[in-house]
Amino acid sequence: MATAFSAPKFAAQPFTTISPTSQHKPLKIPTAASPFLGSTRKLLRLSSSSQLNLRRRSSGSVFAVSDVVKEKKPTPIPSLLITKEEGLELYEDMVLGRSFEDMCAQMYYRGKMFGFVHLYNGQEAVSTGFIKLLKQQDSVVSTYRDHVHALSKGVPARAVMSELFGKTTGCCRGQGGSMHMFSSEHNLIGGFAFIGEGIPVATGAAFTSKYKREVLKEADCDHVTLAFFGDGTCNNGQFFECLNMAALWKLPIVFVVENNLWAIGMSHLRATSDPQIYKKGPAFGMPGVHVDGMDVLKVREVAKEAIARARRGEGPTLVECETYRFRGHSLADPDELRDPTEKAHYAARDPITALKKYLIENNLSGEAELKAIDKKIDELLEDAVEFADESPLPPRSQLLENVFADPKGFGIGPDGRYRCEDPKFTQGTAHV
Amino acid sequence: MAAIFQGVGAAAPLSSSPSNSFDSNKSVFSPPRSFSVVRSDGIVNLNPKGRSAQRLISNAVATKADSPAASSSSKPGHELLLFEALQEGLEEEMERDPRVCVMGEDVGHYGGSYKVTKGLAKRFGDLRVLDTPIAENSFTGMGIGAAMTGLRPVIEGMNMGFLLLAFNQISNNCGMLHYTSGGQFTIPVVIRGPGGVGRQLGAEHSQRLESYFQSIPGIQMVACSTPYNAKGLMKAAIRSENPVILFEHVLLYNLKERIPDEDYICNLEEAEMVRPGEHVTILTYSRMRYHVMQAAKTLVNKGYDPEVIDIRSLKPFDLHTIGNSVKKTHRVLIVEECMRTGGIGASLTAAITENFNDYLDAPIMCLSSQDVPTPYAGTLEEVTVVQPAQIVTAVEQLCQ
Repeated sequence: MATAFSAPKFAAQPFTTISPTSQHKPLKIPTAASPFLGSTRKLLRLSSSSQLNLRRRSSGSVFAVSDVVKEKKPTPIPSLLITKEEGLELYEDMVLGRSFEDMCAQMYYRGKMFGFVHLYNGQEAVSTGFIKLLKQQDSVVSTYRDHVHALSKGVPARAVMSELFGKTTGCCRGQGGSMHMFSSEHNLIGGFAFIGEGIPVATGAAFTSKYKREVLKEADCDHVTLAFFGDGTCNNGQFFECLNMAALWKLPIVFVVENNLWAIGMSHLRATSDPQIYKKGPAFGMPGVHVDGMDVLKVREVAKEAIARARRGEGPTLVECETYRFRGHSLADPDELRDPTEKAHYAARDPITALKKYLIENNLSGEAELKAIDKKIDELLEDAVEFADESPLPPRSQLLENVFADPKGFGIGPDGRYRCEDPKFTQGTAHV
Repeated sequence: MAAIFQGVGAAAPLSSSPSNSFDSNKSVFSPPRSFSVVRSDGIVNLNPKGRSAQRLISNAVATKADSPAASSSSKPGHELLLFEALQEGLEEEMERDPRVCVMGEDVGHYGGSYKVTKGLAKRFGDLRVLDTPIAENSFTGMGIGAAMTGLRPVIEGMNMGFLLLAFNQISNNCGMLHYTSGGQFTIPVVIRGPGGVGRQLGAEHSQRLESYFQSIPGIQMVACSTPYNAKGLMKAAIRSENPVILFEHVLLYNLKERIPDEDYICNLEEAEMVRPGEHVTILTYSRMRYHVMQAAKTLVNKGYDPEVIDIRSLKPFDLHTIGNSVKKTHRVLIVEECMRTGGIGASLTAAITENFNDYLDAPIMCLSSQDVPTPYAGTLEEVTVVQPAQIVTAVEQLCQ
């Protein structure tokens, strides 16, 4: 599995250890009472050594799950974390994410797409680890770094690529672009360019789920919403306001922090008074969990618990995933500020390589099968690019079509008719 | 801040304040009492039925020509105050569609700072009438997210000015998401609240946000001014698939009117003909409608025949009603409470000039509030907004 995170030279404070205070000792795991860490308790039991103090804690406690898993002695684990099918699904999804982003970079430099394009290379474990556990009716809200969230949620690669090319067959008809991926079919509710502005929208989607259950009496409505955002966003007011509201009303939402340590050129440590983001969860009355975001299996274990918690109606969870983006903030970022040693460290923890190793070492799959998946993804992407290339550009008539859901909103013109009834309106040349 | 304001035009409800420009007792119908209730259809009721005194506005001359339901309905209708009309509209829509919900500060248990949501939480529950923490940007965004996933929230800004904090969500998400999602998600929210210059509420509680929001593509803005159109616009806004911002005015909540018993809505995109006339078109909205009608009385006495239109729809403008009026009178005066720079009046002037320049006999005059933060002192506050005397002077000037 991925190597444990050791105290790096570049970080002023190591992330995974909690500085021991009288209240928070690291690695204190609750006993049977807390439902949250159910799966990690199973992992603990498998460990031959127990240097861990088990003590009952309230559900508002802070845990470092990765520490828990790290402490396991390397004795053989009788049961694996995933089945073969699951393993292949995770592998395929991560390879799709990685290859898609690489293809994006290629297409950008060939002049097929423009503007701000933010690539997800390196963070695939978070998207795959969380989103592959969701049902279609669950919602995902993302930021501008949303291509891979869209793909994991099930939006076809063709639709995403076309959207990036600005074609009318894109998932948003070419009107959204890289930073605004939406899919009502797959319940992907954005794609937001300003950081933090998606979190309230995610809170609203979770509110609807609760409303449907309690007011509209759809008793089986247990839809969960995942809100993905970065470390920079965790200093933004909307983050804190939504943590408060979600915990207050026990909304079925999981706040997933993709802490890649950098907000463009601003190091997380230079921007944040207390860089341990997961600690901010308990301050609002929800569990805060830190997990190694370069390890898809660890992410998946934490995600299972958090999503199950939300489905049961127990409220939100704050999950901080320690991850890293291998490329710059966007394709326009020269990425000069980050220490090459830091980059090398995380490159060695590439989530795809790690999963591949796990699958092979545990005899869940072989090289040939995995290579076949790689090839399949390559072909899929070739097809997606071809499709996007051949798709038509939006015609002028599309300009005014989606400004209003009810186009009467353009008003009544001087001739007494609604402007949307003007034939020039449908040509996109009407004056509104 | 959440104090229920006093009646329109009355700083001290029970004592008469004859110097107040709103005082309808100066009119022909004024009785000798120190207070009376004058309904907007011109009938004087000397028994206010125990309500604290409200100085109300009478239509100067003609009755409203645009409420056929009110005048032709066989049922007598019922009387209520503007805030009750809003509440009635909201309640009826909540009954009609279980997806309609309310969110805002103090809307639930407190009943709303201006009592528009009074009683609703008891009836519909705490989740449907949601008391939010003080986080405008986030609960507005939450309302937008809820709208995108199937609900129809009515988001209340306790004072419209507070919605400045929600500008991120209103501009980016409310206005734009239908477009950037390629039409996949609709956002049928209603954002409403009291705004405008009140009685010495200070600069920050006296803001007019219609000018700030008007450029946002994808939203509609309407301003209510009478109990009839308040209820009608509230219902229409809730039923609309578009995001609508409904501007109410702090000083108009206690207006009384008789409205129909049956279900009705007011068209969101139409303007309201308040008083037909021949000499000059006066375009106005919200509270300034009453200053205009006050001035109209004086103008009529001086021999002018102003046509008064309450534009109601601030975005988009009803250029048909406005255009027909301009074609008839050839002179336009805009009276608004917005600030001079970049206000609704500025946009309206541009729109009329673009579309009806050939029909104008004189340049369009626009009376707006002064470009100052509304002062606390009553004397200064009075001259910040347009007063009836200025309207009279402007019409005289325009009609030379």
